Amino acid sequence: MALLEVRDVTRQFYGVHALNGVTLDVTPGAITGLIGPNGAGKTTLFNCLSGVVPPNTGRIVFDGQDITGWRADRITRAGLVRTFQIARGCPRLTVRENLLLYGAAQPGEGVFTALLRTRRMLARESELMARAEAIATRLRLGAVIDNPAAALSGGQKKLLEIGRALMTEPKLILLDEPLAGVNPTLCREIGERLQEIVADGITLLLIEHQMDMIARLCDHVIVMAEGRRLTEGTFDEVAADVTVQDAYMGGARWAS
Amino acid sequence: MENYLVALGVTAGLYALMAIGLNVIWGMAGLVNLGLVGFFAVGAYTSALLTTKLGVAIGVGMVAGAVAGGVAGALVALITARLRGDYLAIVTLGFAESLRTTASNETWLTNGTDGISGIPGPWRSVLTPSEFNLAYLALVVVIVLIAYLLAQRLSYSPFGRVLRAIRDDEQVAAVAGKPVLAFKVLAFAIGCTALGLAGALYAHYTSFVVPDIFVPLLTLYIKMALLSGGVGNNRGAVLGGLVVVIFLEGTRFITPYIPWLGAVQAAALQQFLVTAALLVVLRFRTRGLVPEPPDHPILRRT
Repeated sequence: MALLEVRDVTRQFYGVHALNGVTLDVTPGAITGLIGPNGAGKTTLFNCLSGVVPPNTGRIVFDGQDITGWRADRITRAGLVRTFQIARGCPRLTVRENLLLYGAAQPGEGVFTALLRTRRMLARESELMARAEAIATRLRLGAVIDNPAAALSGGQKKLLEIGRALMTEPKLILLDEPLAGVNPTLCREIGERLQEIVADGITLLLIEHQMDMIARLCDHVIVMAEGRRLTEGTFDEVAADVTVQDAYMGGARWAS
Repeated sequence: MENYLVALGVTAGLYALMAIGLNVIWGMAGLVNLGLVGFFAVGAYTSALLTTKLGVAIGVGMVAGAVAGGVAGALVALITARLRGDYLAIVTLGFAESLRTTASNETWLTNGTDGISGIPGPWRSVLTPSEFNLAYLALVVVIVLIAYLLAQRLSYSPFGRVLRAIRDDEQVAAVAGKPVLAFKVLAFAIGCTALGLAGALYAHYTSFVVPDIFVPLLTLYIKMALLSGGVGNNRGAVLGGLVVVIFLEGTRFITPYIPWLGAVQAAALQQFLVTAALLVVLRFRTRGLVPEPPDHPILRRT
Protein backbone atom coordinates (compact mmCIF):
# COMPACT_ATOMS: atom_id res chain seq x y z
CA MET A 1 0.00 0.00 0.00
CA ALA A 2 1.18 3.50 -0.81
CA LEU A 3 2.21 5.80 2.04
CA LEU A 4 1.14 8.84 0.05
CA GLU A 5 -1.59 8.87 -2.58
CA VAL A 6 -2.04 11.96 -4.74
CA ARG A 7 -5.20 12.00 -6.85
CA ASP A 8 -5.98 14.56 -9.59
CA VAL A 9 -4.48 17.48 -7.68
CA THR A 10 -4.76 20.84 -9.42
CA ARG A 11 -3.53 24.27 -8.47
CA GLN A 12 -3.74 27.51 -10.41
CA PHE A 13 -2.06 30.83 -9.81
CA TYR A 14 -3.92 33.70 -11.50
CA GLY A 15 -4.94 31.51 -14.43
CA VAL A 16 -1.61 29.68 -14.73
CA HIS A 17 -2.16 25.96 -14.27
CA ALA A 18 0.84 25.00 -12.15
CA LEU A 19 -0.68 21.59 -11.39
CA ASN A 20 -2.95 20.04 -13.98
CA GLY A 21 -4.33 16.96 -12.28
CA VAL A 22 -1.36 15.17 -10.72
CA THR A 23 -1.84 11.56 -9.71
CA LEU A 24 0.96 9.57 -8.13
CA ASP A 25 1.80 7.15 -5.32
CA VAL A 26 4.80 7.05 -3.01
CA THR A 27 5.69 3.60 -1.71
CA PRO A 28 7.04 3.38 1.84
CA GLY A 29 10.60 2.51 2.77
CA ALA A 30 12.37 3.87 -0.29
CA ILE A 31 13.66 7.01 -1.95
CA THR A 32 11.34 8.01 -4.77
CA GLY A 33 12.77 10.52 -7.22
CA LEU A 34 10.62 13.35 -8.60
CA ILE A 35 12.16 14.91 -11.68
CA GLY A 36 11.07 17.10 -14.52
CA PRO A 37 12.08 20.29 -16.29
CA ASN A 38 11.86 23.67 -14.57
CA GLY A 39 8.23 24.77 -14.32
CA ALA A 40 6.91 21.21 -14.32
CA GLY A 41 5.16 21.88 -11.00
CA LYS A 42 7.38 19.85 -8.67
CA THR A 43 7.77 22.52 -6.00
CA THR A 44 4.11 23.53 -6.29
CA LEU A 45 3.22 19.89 -5.68
CA PHE A 46 5.42 19.94 -2.55
CA ASN A 47 3.68 23.14 -1.44
CA CYS A 48 0.30 21.45 -1.81
CA LEU A 49 1.43 18.27 -0.07
CA SER A 50 2.93 20.15 2.87
CA GLY A 51 0.00 22.55 3.30
CA VAL A 52 1.97 25.67 2.45
CA VAL A 53 -0.45 26.26 -0.45
CA PRO A 54 -3.82 24.43 -0.53
CA PRO A 55 -4.70 22.56 -3.74
CA ASN A 56 -7.71 23.79 -5.74
CA THR A 57 -9.10 20.33 -6.39
CA GLY A 58 -8.03 16.73 -5.94
CA ARG A 59 -7.29 14.49 -2.97
CA ILE A 60 -4.18 13.82 -0.92
CA VAL A 61 -4.16 10.77 1.33
CA PHE A 62 -1.22 10.27 3.68
CA ASP A 63 -0.86 7.16 5.81
CA GLY A 64 -4.54 6.34 5.36
CA GLN A 65 -5.72 9.85 6.33
CA ASP A 66 -7.21 12.40 3.95
CA ILE A 67 -5.01 15.48 4.53
CA THR A 68 -6.32 17.58 1.63
CA GLY A 69 -6.45 21.26 2.61
CA TRP A 70 -4.95 20.76 6.07
CA ARG A 71 -2.82 23.55 7.51
CA ALA A 72 0.96 23.10 7.30
CA ASP A 73 1.48 22.65 11.04
CA ARG A 74 -1.13 19.89 11.25
CA ILE A 75 0.38 18.02 8.30
CA THR A 76 3.79 18.15 9.93
CA ARG A 77 2.35 16.79 13.17
CA ALA A 78 0.75 13.95 11.18
CA GLY A 79 4.25 12.84 10.09
CA LEU A 80 4.75 14.50 6.70
CA VAL A 81 7.42 17.21 6.68
CA ARG A 82 9.12 19.09 3.87
CA THR A 83 12.41 20.90 3.38
CA PHE A 84 12.77 24.10 1.39
CA GLN A 85 14.57 24.46 -1.92
CA ILE A 86 16.39 27.59 -0.82
CA ALA A 87 17.55 26.62 2.65
CA ARG A 88 15.60 28.95 4.91
CA GLY A 89 16.48 28.05 8.44
CA CYS A 90 15.61 30.65 11.01
CA PRO A 91 18.84 32.63 10.51
CA ARG A 92 18.92 34.29 13.92
CA LEU A 93 18.37 31.09 15.86
CA THR A 94 21.34 28.83 16.50
CA VAL A 95 21.62 25.44 14.80
CA ARG A 96 20.60 23.85 18.11
CA GLU A 97 17.56 26.12 18.45
CA ASN A 98 16.59 25.44 14.83
CA LEU A 99 16.63 21.72 15.56
CA LEU A 100 14.79 22.06 18.89
CA LEU A 101 12.14 24.22 17.23
CA TYR A 102 11.10 21.28 15.04
CA GLY A 103 10.64 18.97 18.04
CA ALA A 104 7.09 17.63 18.32
CA ALA A 105 4.82 17.70 21.37
CA GLN A 106 6.51 20.41 23.42
CA PRO A 107 4.57 21.26 26.60
CA GLY A 108 6.69 24.41 26.98
CA GLU A 109 5.04 25.94 23.95
CA GLY A 110 2.02 26.66 26.16
CA VAL A 111 2.19 30.05 27.88
CA PHE A 112 1.37 28.86 31.38
CA THR A 113 3.69 25.86 31.21
CA ALA A 114 6.44 28.21 30.01
CA LEU A 115 5.78 30.63 32.89
CA LEU A 116 5.77 27.83 35.46
CA ARG A 117 8.79 26.02 33.96
CA THR A 118 7.14 22.71 34.83
CA ARG A 119 9.12 19.53 35.24
CA ARG A 120 7.32 18.10 32.20
CA MET A 121 8.58 20.98 30.06
CA LEU A 122 12.16 20.57 31.25
CA ALA A 123 12.06 16.79 30.79
CA ARG A 124 10.80 17.12 27.20
CA GLU A 125 13.39 19.80 26.52
CA SER A 126 16.22 17.53 27.63
CA GLU A 127 14.85 14.65 25.53
CA LEU A 128 14.77 16.91 22.49
CA MET A 129 18.21 18.26 23.34
CA ALA A 130 19.63 14.72 23.25
CA ARG A 131 17.86 14.07 19.95
CA ALA A 132 19.08 17.36 18.46
CA GLU A 133 22.66 16.62 19.46
CA ALA A 134 22.49 13.10 18.02
CA ILE A 135 21.11 14.40 14.72
CA ALA A 136 23.69 17.20 14.57
CA THR A 137 26.51 14.72 15.14
CA ARG A 138 25.14 12.38 12.50
CA LEU A 139 24.90 15.23 9.98
CA ARG A 140 28.39 16.51 10.89
CA LEU A 141 26.95 19.71 12.33
CA GLY A 142 28.23 19.03 15.85
CA ALA A 143 31.01 21.60 15.65
CA VAL A 144 28.69 24.43 14.64
CA ILE A 145 25.71 23.51 16.80
CA ASP A 146 25.80 26.76 18.77
CA ASN A 147 26.44 29.04 15.80
CA PRO A 148 23.61 31.08 14.34
CA ALA A 149 22.12 29.35 11.29
CA ALA A 150 22.94 32.44 9.22
CA ALA A 151 26.65 31.67 9.65
CA LEU A 152 26.49 28.20 8.06
CA SER A 153 27.87 27.41 4.62
CA GLY A 154 25.46 26.56 1.83
CA GLY A 155 26.01 22.82 2.23
CA GLN A 156 25.61 22.98 6.02
CA LYS A 157 22.32 24.83 5.57
CA LYS A 158 21.08 21.97 3.39
CA LEU A 159 22.12 19.50 6.10
CA LEU A 160 20.33 21.58 8.72
CA GLU A 161 17.16 21.45 6.58
CA ILE A 162 17.36 17.64 6.66
CA GLY A 163 18.16 17.65 10.39
CA ARG A 164 15.18 19.82 11.21
CA ALA A 165 12.89 17.52 9.24
CA LEU A 166 14.25 14.55 11.19
CA MET A 167 13.47 16.28 14.51
CA THR A 168 9.72 15.98 13.82
CA GLU A 169 10.02 12.16 13.85
CA PRO A 170 8.41 11.98 10.41
CA LYS A 171 7.18 9.06 8.34
CA LEU A 172 7.76 10.89 5.06
CA ILE A 173 10.16 13.70 4.21
CA LEU A 174 9.72 15.76 1.04
CA LEU A 175 13.17 16.94 0.01
CA ASP A 176 13.22 19.90 -2.36
CA GLU A 177 16.59 19.91 -4.13
CA PRO A 178 18.78 19.07 -1.15
CA LEU A 179 21.82 18.86 -3.44
CA ALA A 180 21.45 22.05 -5.48
CA GLY A 181 24.57 24.17 -5.30
CA VAL A 182 26.42 21.62 -3.17
CA ASN A 183 29.92 20.47 -4.14
CA PRO A 184 30.31 16.87 -5.44
CA THR A 185 32.05 15.54 -2.31
CA LEU A 186 29.35 16.87 0.01
CA CYS A 187 26.72 15.64 -2.48
CA ARG A 188 27.93 12.09 -2.05
CA GLU A 189 27.97 12.56 1.69
CA ILE A 190 24.42 13.92 1.80
CA GLY A 191 23.44 10.98 -0.43
CA GLU A 192 24.88 8.55 2.14
CA ARG A 193 23.00 10.30 4.95
CA LEU A 194 19.77 9.99 2.95
CA GLN A 195 20.35 6.27 2.52
CA GLU A 196 20.88 5.94 6.29
CA ILE A 197 17.62 7.80 6.92
CA VAL A 198 15.73 5.40 4.65
CA ALA A 199 17.39 2.46 6.39
CA ASP A 200 15.86 3.82 9.62
CA GLY A 201 12.40 3.37 8.09
CA ILE A 202 11.69 6.91 6.91
CA THR A 203 10.36 7.33 3.38
CA LEU A 204 11.78 10.05 1.14
CA LEU A 205 10.38 11.85 -1.88
CA LEU A 206 13.24 13.68 -3.56
CA ILE A 207 13.17 16.52 -6.08
CA GLU A 208 16.61 16.81 -7.69
CA HIS A 209 18.20 17.96 -10.91
CA GLN A 210 21.49 16.09 -10.47
CA MET A 211 20.67 13.02 -12.51
CA ASP A 212 23.69 10.98 -11.39
CA MET A 213 22.48 11.30 -7.79
CA ILE A 214 18.90 10.42 -8.80
CA ALA A 215 20.27 7.35 -10.62
CA ARG A 216 22.31 6.35 -7.59
CA LEU A 217 19.73 6.96 -4.84
CA CYS A 218 16.29 6.24 -6.29
CA ASP A 219 14.76 2.84 -7.01
CA HIS A 220 11.77 4.52 -8.56
CA VAL A 221 11.55 7.78 -10.47
CA ILE A 222 8.45 9.82 -11.29
CA VAL A 223 8.68 12.36 -14.12
CA MET A 224 6.53 15.48 -14.15
CA ALA A 225 5.98 17.92 -17.00
CA GLU A 226 3.52 20.77 -17.44
CA GLY A 227 1.75 20.11 -14.17
CA ARG A 228 1.15 16.42 -14.77
CA ARG A 229 2.80 13.09 -14.16
CA LEU A 230 4.41 12.19 -17.45
CA THR A 231 5.69 8.72 -16.69
CA GLU A 232 7.43 6.66 -14.03
CA GLY A 233 9.73 3.69 -13.66
CA THR A 234 13.34 2.93 -12.88
CA PHE A 235 15.84 5.64 -13.72
CA ASP A 236 17.07 3.80 -16.82
CA GLU A 237 13.51 3.30 -18.05
CA VAL A 238 12.52 6.95 -17.76
CA ALA A 239 15.86 8.17 -19.11
CA ALA A 240 15.29 6.12 -22.25
CA ASP A 241 11.74 7.41 -22.65
CA VAL A 242 11.34 9.64 -25.70
CA THR A 243 8.54 11.69 -24.09
CA VAL A 244 10.85 12.50 -21.18
CA GLN A 245 13.59 13.62 -23.53
CA ASP A 246 11.02 15.77 -25.35
CA ALA A 247 9.86 17.34 -22.11
CA TYR A 248 13.39 18.32 -21.14
CA MET A 249 14.29 19.56 -24.60
CA GLY A 250 11.01 21.46 -25.03
CA GLY A 251 9.91 19.18 -27.86
CA ALA A 252 12.57 20.48 -30.22
CA ARG A 253 14.38 17.63 -31.96
CA TRP A 254 17.69 18.61 -33.44
CA ALA A 255 18.19 15.45 -35.46
CA SER A 256 15.36 14.81 -37.85
CA MET B 1 12.14 68.25 43.77
CA GLU B 2 11.73 65.03 45.71
CA ASN B 3 8.19 64.62 44.45
CA TYR B 4 9.36 65.37 40.95
CA LEU B 5 11.97 62.62 41.11
CA VAL B 6 9.47 60.13 42.48
CA ALA B 7 7.00 61.04 39.74
CA LEU B 8 9.80 60.60 37.25
CA GLY B 9 10.46 57.16 38.71
CA VAL B 10 6.81 56.17 38.33
CA THR B 11 6.79 57.36 34.70
CA ALA B 12 10.01 55.47 34.00
CA GLY B 13 8.47 52.35 35.55
CA LEU B 14 5.41 52.64 33.33
CA TYR B 15 7.64 53.09 30.25
CA ALA B 16 9.64 50.03 31.29
CA LEU B 17 6.45 47.98 31.72
CA MET B 18 5.22 49.04 28.29
CA ALA B 19 8.61 48.34 26.72
CA ILE B 20 8.52 44.81 28.23
CA GLY B 21 5.10 44.35 26.62
CA LEU B 22 6.34 45.66 23.29
CA ASN B 23 9.31 43.33 23.53
CA VAL B 24 7.01 40.29 23.49
CA ILE B 25 5.18 41.59 20.41
CA TRP B 26 7.97 43.19 18.43
CA GLY B 27 11.20 41.97 20.02
CA MET B 28 10.28 38.31 20.24
CA ALA B 29 7.59 37.71 17.61
CA GLY B 30 8.74 40.47 15.24
CA LEU B 31 5.21 41.86 14.87
CA VAL B 32 4.88 45.57 14.23
CA ASN B 33 2.49 47.41 16.54
CA LEU B 34 2.18 51.16 16.19
CA GLY B 35 -1.00 51.22 18.27
CA LEU B 36 0.66 50.80 21.66
CA VAL B 37 -0.97 53.91 23.08
CA GLY B 38 -4.38 52.52 22.12
CA PHE B 39 -3.95 49.48 24.38
CA PHE B 40 -2.57 51.78 27.10
CA ALA B 41 -5.78 53.84 26.71
CA VAL B 42 -7.99 50.72 26.87
CA GLY B 43 -6.43 49.82 30.23
CA ALA B 44 -6.64 53.39 31.55
CA TYR B 45 -10.27 53.95 30.56
CA THR B 46 -11.41 50.48 31.67
CA SER B 47 -10.05 50.88 35.17
CA ALA B 48 -11.07 54.55 35.41
CA LEU B 49 -14.67 53.85 34.37
CA LEU B 50 -15.06 50.75 36.56
CA THR B 51 -13.76 52.50 39.67
CA THR B 52 -15.50 55.86 39.21
CA LYS B 53 -18.83 54.76 37.73
CA LEU B 54 -19.36 51.34 39.27
CA GLY B 55 -17.37 51.78 42.45
CA VAL B 56 -15.25 48.70 41.80
CA ALA B 57 -12.17 48.23 44.04
CA ILE B 58 -8.97 49.76 42.62
CA GLY B 59 -7.11 46.45 42.47
CA VAL B 60 -9.97 44.81 40.59
CA GLY B 61 -10.09 47.80 38.23
CA MET B 62 -6.38 47.45 37.48
CA VAL B 63 -6.70 43.73 36.75
CA ALA B 64 -9.70 44.47 34.54
CA GLY B 65 -7.67 47.15 32.73
CA ALA B 66 -4.88 44.65 32.06
CA VAL B 67 -7.33 41.99 30.88
CA ALA B 68 -9.14 44.50 28.65
CA GLY B 69 -5.79 45.48 27.10
CA GLY B 70 -5.01 41.81 26.45
CA VAL B 71 -8.43 41.10 24.93
CA ALA B 72 -8.13 44.19 22.72
CA GLY B 73 -4.70 42.94 21.66
CA ALA B 74 -6.03 39.50 20.78
CA LEU B 75 -8.87 41.03 18.76
CA VAL B 76 -6.55 43.34 16.83
CA ALA B 77 -4.23 40.40 16.13
CA LEU B 78 -7.13 38.34 14.79
CA ILE B 79 -8.43 41.18 12.63
CA THR B 80 -4.96 41.83 11.20
CA ALA B 81 -4.08 38.13 10.85
CA ARG B 82 -3.22 38.45 7.19
CA LEU B 83 -1.28 41.70 7.40
CA ARG B 84 2.36 42.23 8.14
CA GLY B 85 5.07 44.88 7.99
CA ASP B 86 3.94 48.34 6.88
CA TYR B 87 0.31 47.27 6.49
CA LEU B 88 0.15 45.97 10.04
CA ALA B 89 1.78 49.21 11.19
CA ILE B 90 -0.85 51.38 9.49
CA VAL B 91 -3.80 49.38 10.83
CA THR B 92 -2.52 49.35 14.42
CA LEU B 93 -1.82 53.09 14.19
CA GLY B 94 -5.37 53.58 12.94
CA PHE B 95 -6.71 51.45 15.78
CA ALA B 96 -5.14 53.71 18.41
CA GLU B 97 -6.23 56.89 16.65
CA SER B 98 -9.84 55.77 16.19
CA LEU B 99 -9.92 54.78 19.85
CA ARG B 100 -8.77 58.27 20.82
CA THR B 101 -11.38 59.87 18.57
CA THR B 102 -14.05 57.61 20.03
CA ALA B 103 -13.02 58.59 23.57
CA SER B 104 -13.27 62.27 22.55
CA ASN B 105 -16.75 61.92 21.10
CA GLU B 106 -18.66 59.32 23.11
CA THR B 107 -19.35 61.80 25.85
CA TRP B 108 -21.98 59.65 27.59
CA LEU B 109 -19.31 57.11 28.46
CA THR B 110 -15.95 58.87 28.60
CA ASN B 111 -17.02 62.46 29.32
CA GLY B 112 -15.43 63.39 25.98
CA THR B 113 -12.54 65.82 25.85
CA ASP B 114 -13.19 66.91 29.44
CA GLY B 115 -11.89 63.52 30.50
CA ILE B 116 -12.58 61.54 33.66
CA SER B 117 -11.35 63.11 36.88
CA GLY B 118 -11.38 61.99 40.48
CA ILE B 119 -10.12 58.48 39.72
CA PRO B 120 -9.31 56.98 43.13
CA GLY B 121 -5.72 56.14 44.04
CA PRO B 122 -4.79 53.30 46.38
CA TRP B 123 -4.31 54.33 50.05
CA ARG B 124 -4.85 57.94 49.04
CA SER B 125 -7.15 58.71 51.96
CA VAL B 126 -4.66 57.59 54.60
CA LEU B 127 -1.41 58.92 53.08
CA THR B 128 0.00 62.39 52.53
CA PRO B 129 0.58 63.24 48.83
CA SER B 130 4.32 62.60 49.03
CA GLU B 131 3.81 59.33 50.91
CA PHE B 132 1.31 58.34 48.22
CA ASN B 133 3.88 59.07 45.54
CA LEU B 134 6.46 56.91 47.26
CA ALA B 135 4.03 54.06 47.89
CA TYR B 136 2.98 54.19 44.26
CA LEU B 137 6.58 54.11 43.10
CA ALA B 138 7.11 50.99 45.22
CA LEU B 139 4.01 49.39 43.69
CA VAL B 140 5.19 50.17 40.15
CA VAL B 141 8.69 48.86 40.85
CA VAL B 142 7.29 45.58 42.18
CA ILE B 143 5.01 45.21 39.15
CA VAL B 144 7.85 45.95 36.70
CA LEU B 145 10.02 43.39 38.48
CA ILE B 146 7.30 40.72 38.27
CA ALA B 147 6.61 41.57 34.61
CA TYR B 148 10.34 41.34 33.87
CA LEU B 149 10.65 37.93 35.52
CA LEU B 150 7.61 36.56 33.69
CA ALA B 151 8.88 37.95 30.37
CA GLN B 152 12.26 36.33 31.00
CA ARG B 153 10.56 32.99 31.56
CA LEU B 154 8.71 33.35 28.27
CA SER B 155 11.89 34.37 26.50
CA TYR B 156 13.78 31.33 27.75
CA SER B 157 11.11 28.76 26.91
CA PRO B 158 9.94 26.74 23.90
CA PHE B 159 7.14 29.32 23.60
CA GLY B 160 9.68 32.11 23.15
CA ARG B 161 11.60 29.96 20.67
CA VAL B 162 8.50 29.62 18.49
CA LEU B 163 7.95 33.40 18.61
CA ARG B 164 11.55 34.01 17.50
CA ALA B 165 11.09 31.46 14.71
CA ILE B 166 7.99 33.34 13.53
CA ARG B 167 10.04 36.54 13.59
CA ASP B 168 12.61 34.91 11.31
CA ASP B 169 10.31 33.03 8.92
CA GLU B 170 6.62 32.41 9.47
CA GLN B 171 6.41 29.63 6.91
CA VAL B 172 9.27 27.73 8.49
CA ALA B 173 7.51 27.92 11.86
CA ALA B 174 4.34 26.50 10.25
CA VAL B 175 6.26 23.65 8.61
CA ALA B 176 7.89 23.03 12.00
CA GLY B 177 4.39 22.10 13.17
CA LYS B 178 3.48 25.29 15.02
CA PRO B 179 0.03 26.92 14.65
CA VAL B 180 1.43 30.33 13.70
CA LEU B 181 -1.75 32.42 14.04
CA ALA B 182 -2.39 31.17 17.59
CA PHE B 183 1.16 32.16 18.59
CA LYS B 184 0.82 35.61 17.02
CA VAL B 185 -2.48 36.22 18.81
CA LEU B 186 -0.93 35.11 22.10
CA ALA B 187 2.09 37.37 21.62
CA PHE B 188 -0.20 40.34 20.96
CA ALA B 189 -2.45 39.47 23.90
CA ILE B 190 0.44 39.10 26.35
CA GLY B 191 2.17 42.30 25.25
CA CYS B 192 -1.09 44.27 25.28
CA THR B 193 -1.89 42.98 28.78
CA ALA B 194 1.27 44.75 29.98
CA LEU B 195 0.24 47.90 28.06
CA GLY B 196 -3.27 47.79 29.53
CA LEU B 197 -1.87 47.35 33.03
CA ALA B 198 0.43 50.33 32.50
CA GLY B 199 -2.60 52.37 31.42
CA ALA B 200 -4.55 51.41 34.54
CA LEU B 201 -1.56 52.22 36.76
CA TYR B 202 -1.27 55.59 35.04
CA ALA B 203 -4.96 56.40 35.57
CA HIS B 204 -4.89 55.65 39.28
CA TYR B 205 -1.65 57.54 39.74
CA THR B 206 -2.66 60.82 38.07
CA SER B 207 -6.37 60.39 38.97
CA PHE B 208 -7.24 61.96 35.62
CA VAL B 209 -7.51 60.62 32.06
CA VAL B 210 -8.32 62.66 28.99
CA PRO B 211 -8.11 61.64 25.29
CA ASP B 212 -5.31 64.15 24.64
CA ILE B 213 -2.88 61.97 26.62
CA PHE B 214 -3.17 59.09 24.20
CA VAL B 215 -1.40 60.57 21.19
CA PRO B 216 0.83 58.56 18.80
CA LEU B 217 3.93 60.28 20.22
CA LEU B 218 3.69 58.06 23.29
CA THR B 219 3.81 54.97 21.03
CA LEU B 220 6.99 56.31 19.48
CA TYR B 221 8.57 56.93 22.88
CA ILE B 222 7.91 53.32 23.88
CA LYS B 223 9.35 52.11 20.60
CA MET B 224 12.34 54.36 21.18
CA ALA B 225 12.76 52.89 24.66
CA LEU B 226 12.97 49.34 23.32
CA LEU B 227 15.05 50.34 20.31
CA SER B 228 17.68 52.09 22.40
CA GLY B 229 17.57 49.50 25.19
CA GLY B 230 17.84 46.47 22.91
CA VAL B 231 15.09 44.87 20.82
CA GLY B 232 14.58 41.29 21.93
CA ASN B 233 16.06 41.79 25.39
CA ASN B 234 13.86 42.25 28.48
CA ARG B 235 16.72 43.85 30.38
CA GLY B 236 17.13 46.25 27.49
CA ALA B 237 13.40 47.03 27.66
CA VAL B 238 13.64 48.06 31.33
CA LEU B 239 16.84 50.03 30.79
CA GLY B 240 15.43 51.68 27.69
CA GLY B 241 12.35 52.80 29.61
CA LEU B 242 14.55 54.45 32.22
CA VAL B 243 16.88 56.04 29.69
CA VAL B 244 14.10 57.53 27.58
CA VAL B 245 12.30 59.09 30.55
CA ILE B 246 15.53 60.45 32.02
CA PHE B 247 16.43 61.89 28.65
CA LEU B 248 12.99 63.36 27.94
CA GLU B 249 12.97 65.03 31.31
CA GLY B 250 16.68 65.77 31.49
CA THR B 251 16.68 67.85 28.33
CA ARG B 252 14.17 70.11 30.07
CA PHE B 253 17.01 71.37 32.28
CA ILE B 254 19.35 72.19 29.44
CA THR B 255 17.18 74.68 27.59
CA PRO B 256 17.02 77.33 30.40
CA TYR B 257 20.79 77.75 30.00
CA ILE B 258 20.29 79.02 26.48
CA PRO B 259 18.53 82.29 27.29
CA TRP B 260 18.00 83.57 23.77
CA LEU B 261 15.63 80.66 22.98
CA GLY B 262 11.89 81.22 23.11
CA ALA B 263 9.56 78.63 24.64
CA VAL B 264 8.66 77.10 21.29
CA GLN B 265 12.30 76.95 20.22
CA ALA B 266 13.24 75.38 23.55
CA ALA B 267 10.65 72.65 23.08
CA ALA B 268 11.91 72.04 19.55
CA LEU B 269 15.48 71.86 20.80
CA GLN B 270 14.40 69.28 23.37
CA GLN B 271 12.92 67.10 20.62
CA PHE B 272 16.05 67.61 18.56
CA LEU B 273 18.30 66.47 21.42
CA VAL B 274 16.19 63.36 21.98
CA THR B 275 16.40 62.50 18.29
CA ALA B 276 20.13 63.13 18.21
CA ALA B 277 20.64 60.90 21.23
CA LEU B 278 18.69 58.08 19.60
CA LEU B 279 20.78 58.42 16.43
CA VAL B 280 24.01 58.31 18.43
CA VAL B 281 22.87 55.19 20.29
CA LEU B 282 21.84 53.45 17.09
CA ARG B 283 25.04 54.45 15.30
CA PHE B 284 27.36 53.05 17.95
CA ARG B 285 25.14 50.34 19.47
CA THR B 286 23.17 49.18 16.46
CA ARG B 287 21.41 46.51 18.49
CA GLY B 288 20.72 48.70 21.52
CA LEU B 289 22.44 49.28 24.85
CA VAL B 290 21.85 45.66 25.94
CA PRO B 291 21.73 43.60 22.73
CA GLU B 292 19.71 40.42 22.42
CA PRO B 293 21.84 37.40 23.36
CA PRO B 294 22.84 35.10 20.47
CA ASP B 295 20.84 32.20 21.92
CA HIS B 296 18.34 31.45 24.67
CA PRO B 297 19.27 28.15 26.34
CA ILE B 298 16.41 26.72 28.38
CA LEU B 299 18.43 24.11 30.24
CA ARG B 300 21.70 24.82 31.97
CA ARG B 301 24.63 23.65 29.84
CA THR B 302 26.64 20.81 31.26
